[in-house]
Amino acid sequence: MDALIGYFLYFLSLLSVGGIYALLALGLNVNWGFAGLFNAGIAGFAAVGAYTFSLLTTAESTFHYGGLGLPVVIGEIAAFLIAGIIAAVIGIICIRLRADYLAIATIGIAEIIKLIFKNEVELTNGPRGISKIPRTWEHFSEARYFSSQPLSWFGDSQSWQAFFDSLVNWWWQPLFAMTILFFVFVVYIMLEKARLSPWGRMMTAIRENEVAARAAGKNVTKRRVEAFIIGTMIMGLAGALLAQHLRFIEPTHTFDPSKMTFLVWVMLIAGGSGNNRGAIFGAFLIWFVWSASELFLNGFIDIIGNIFNGMDISMLKNRSGYLRMLLIGLVLQFVLQKYPKGILPERRPAASGE
Amino acid sequence: MTSQSEIMSVSNLFAGYGETEILHGINLNVNDGEIVCVIGPNGAGKSTVLKAILGQINIRDGSINLADQDIVNTPTTEIIKKGISYVPQTNNVFVSLTVEENLEMGAWVNPEYTQKKLREMYELFPDLSEKRKQPAGSLSGGQRQMVAMAKALMVNAKILLLDEPTAGLSPKYRSEIFSTIKTINNNGVPILMVEQNAKQALGVSDRGYILVDGANRHTGSGIDLINDKEVARMFLGSRE
Amino acid sequence: MWDSFGFEFVNYYFVPGLVLGCIYALGAIGITLTFGILRFANFAHGEIMMTGAFLTWTFLELSKLIFGFYFHPLIACIPSIFIAIAIALSVDRFFYKPFRDSPTIMIVMASFGMMLIIRSLVQVIWGPNQITFVKGIAKPNGILRDLSGSFDMMLLVPSKHVFIILGTVIIMLAFNYMLTKTRIGKAMRAVSDSPDLAKVTGIDVEQVIRATWYVGGFCAVMAGVFMAMDTQFIMSTMGFRMLLPMFAAAILGGIGRPFGAVLGGLVIGFAEELSAYPWFGNGPLLSPGYKSGVAFSILVVMLIFRPSGILKGRVF
Repeated sequence: MDALIGYFLYFLSLLSVGGIYALLALGLNVNWGFAGLFNAGIAGFAAVGAYTFSLLTTAESTFHYGGLGLPVVIGEIAAFLIAGIIAAVIGIICIRLRADYLAIATIGIAEIIKLIFKNEVELTNGPRGISKIPRTWEHFSEARYFSSQPLSWFGDSQSWQAFFDSLVNWWWQPLFAMTILFFVFVVYIMLEKARLSPWGRMMTAIRENEVAARAAGKNVTKRRVEAFIIGTMIMGLAGALLAQHLRFIEPTHTFDPSKMTFLVWVMLIAGGSGNNRGAIFGAFLIWFVWSASELFLNGFIDIIGNIFNGMDISMLKNRSGYLRMLLIGLVLQFVLQKYPKGILPERRPAASGE
Repeated sequence: MTSQSEIMSVSNLFAGYGETEILHGINLNVNDGEIVCVIGPNGAGKSTVLKAILGQINIRDGSINLADQDIVNTPTTEIIKKGISYVPQTNNVFVSLTVEENLEMGAWVNPEYTQKKLREMYELFPDLSEKRKQPAGSLSGGQRQMVAMAKALMVNAKILLLDEPTAGLSPKYRSEIFSTIKTINNNGVPILMVEQNAKQALGVSDRGYILVDGANRHTGSGIDLINDKEVARMFLGSRE
Repeated sequence: MWDSFGFEFVNYYFVPGLVLGCIYALGAIGITLTFGILRFANFAHGEIMMTGAFLTWTFLELSKLIFGFYFHPLIACIPSIFIAIAIALSVDRFFYKPFRDSPTIMIVMASFGMMLIIRSLVQVIWGPNQITFVKGIAKPNGILRDLSGSFDMMLLVPSKHVFIILGTVIIMLAFNYMLTKTRIGKAMRAVSDSPDLAKVTGIDVEQVIRATWYVGGFCAVMAGVFMAMDTQFIMSTMGFRMLLPMFAAAILGGIGRPFGAVLGGLVIGFAEELSAYPWFGNGPLLSPGYKSGVAFSILVVMLIFRPSGILKGRVF
């Protein structure tokens, strides 16, 4: 039974992180799939969301600015908006760059953002990071939440304390996973609406033939900046959820570009860029493959350790993560060459000028 | 028709870019010592014929023979090695290379002749000899066209293909280019050219082909075509 | 004048800036060549550099194991150059060549993937941790110190920096000779000018592309080894860290302009070092923590105001 619960919880955690990646991939799909913008700074924009959320919602701390102790929902909205504002500034400057220039510029932006989080110690606690980040649902069992509104309307501190003590300690986990999936669902529905709207069809037209779209009097630059901002806002939201999932963030390892930027690209390309369902499918698929390869490789290394008795397998364990990254890289190359349109290729909305 | 030997012949050629077919069964041939010109309205597929000969586009059907050897599906480098030399309409010199370096690049397929060919070219184009160390990008349009032709002649050309050699040039340069073409031809190189300036082009040509919508419309000697009423109405009249 | 200002400025800011500039310049050559000839931003370039440094370290250790003493890094890097070029050529053959006629973005993605594959491979083989490349403190070069000291302008330049600066100058001269005097070098310039015209001129473009990987790979390994000699350690992320300054250098100098890349590299190198100089007041102009942001800021300003670069390169 315990083992079964263990698997169940592992599955929930897979779903949660898979959902966060699905949001990142959806955001990237707006940038790349809709508008053809090569955003290689996903890690930076997710970091903006994560830090915004964390600084606003953590309890007051002597290590960093705030925390302001604001409700989780406010933190999420702020992460969404601040990521958008930063994207707007960057977008207006960089949007006219050709794809590979934009990639270079966005990589640079992501690095600068991380540099700021690392160096402005007063604001962010620098490399030591921010801890005790509230996680949706689980945070209600913290005294500072159940002793204040709105929970205090329904009961006093003691009764809440008793109530949470009576629950199994993972009670929040299914709810948290559901919440993330709910976010994915809402974003998906809205993006599908956008894709089929005149705005979405215009985006397709611009991507297919920019010159013709310009000649037809479309404001190409403005549409692109919009797509850049919307995609990045979704990444900011995903960053806020990631901060909740991890409960601790710091600038360097949490927002490692290979896991936060590169993996998302593999997900979108494998799933099928331009297709929102493809983005979600690719995110979960690659995340499951990534996690399964961890289990598989570690099991394999244990077997080697058993066969060659006394062999030091700690080095192999240390490096298995890099081997997995290598395999993911090869998956990308394979998909690029064999399925350049992804597993779920884009389906065009009915072509119509307006 | 004539006793002259045939250098190149294109028969029943169907070709195009990707899915779109542009040439629907073209026939033409060039004999030894001839200047042949291809004229026709915009979009008739004139330049496409040259690209097809060079192996730059998809050929669906038909054959292209150079000295009785089929060259369809041969890589461009090999085609040039076999002696087909080509001057594109625009972007036909390496602008950041000097005149001499441009000519050396022209001799890429037969480097052993570089020095000999260079001497020949400077004789043929004395103007270029003075500018050999200048970047080709700094030359005037007419001079660039000279560099482009000299570059093309650096191979042992069995035939020279020219894509609108006088496009965008002033009338003075135009006449100069046509007389150069005549000189090159007199030195023994057959020429197949595509032209917009139909009257002048036909004037220097032995024969001409008129293409319309990717197919042959008229064929005849240069003089006959100039004097042909329908041709004059269609292509020549509107230009005067 | 020399005592109060010059000594500190030249020895602690100018020379390090020059050294860093040389390293960036060598790296940027490869980037600008691939940009000019293959028309894409090669994200894997930094990783070839890093791999070259790791291979050189391995040959250094091997020399100690076999001969009992460490070779000079500039000797040990010779086999690494060949291996790195072989890697660059096979990456091109298997991962870039299939996309020659595809939209540019496909090959950019492929190089993005190669960046990760090569780095992961290095991390699997050599581990993710920092490795000491050359031990010991670098003492200033005695001859240069005494010579310059006799002019009352003492230069405290470690020998490794003398090697880096001289090495870069020699490579630049050789590279210049190649581009202007050899057939393949001229063809590289021709393809960079116009690949389409190169094809119809009969130039073997694939051969030119191979030559590009030879030159780019060589310069990348030299940049990586020089970097390792300078910092005295190597780590798997050094390639990625240098990627941005190298791109900045290539764009700053003008894309497809090898000598622009050199100029750009020097500018970025100086800017990074001099940003920490106390130009106003006592503190450094810019906190050293932001040093790696300098290249990027220059890059953005450049992209906005003069995307063709200093030497009027190509704008894609």
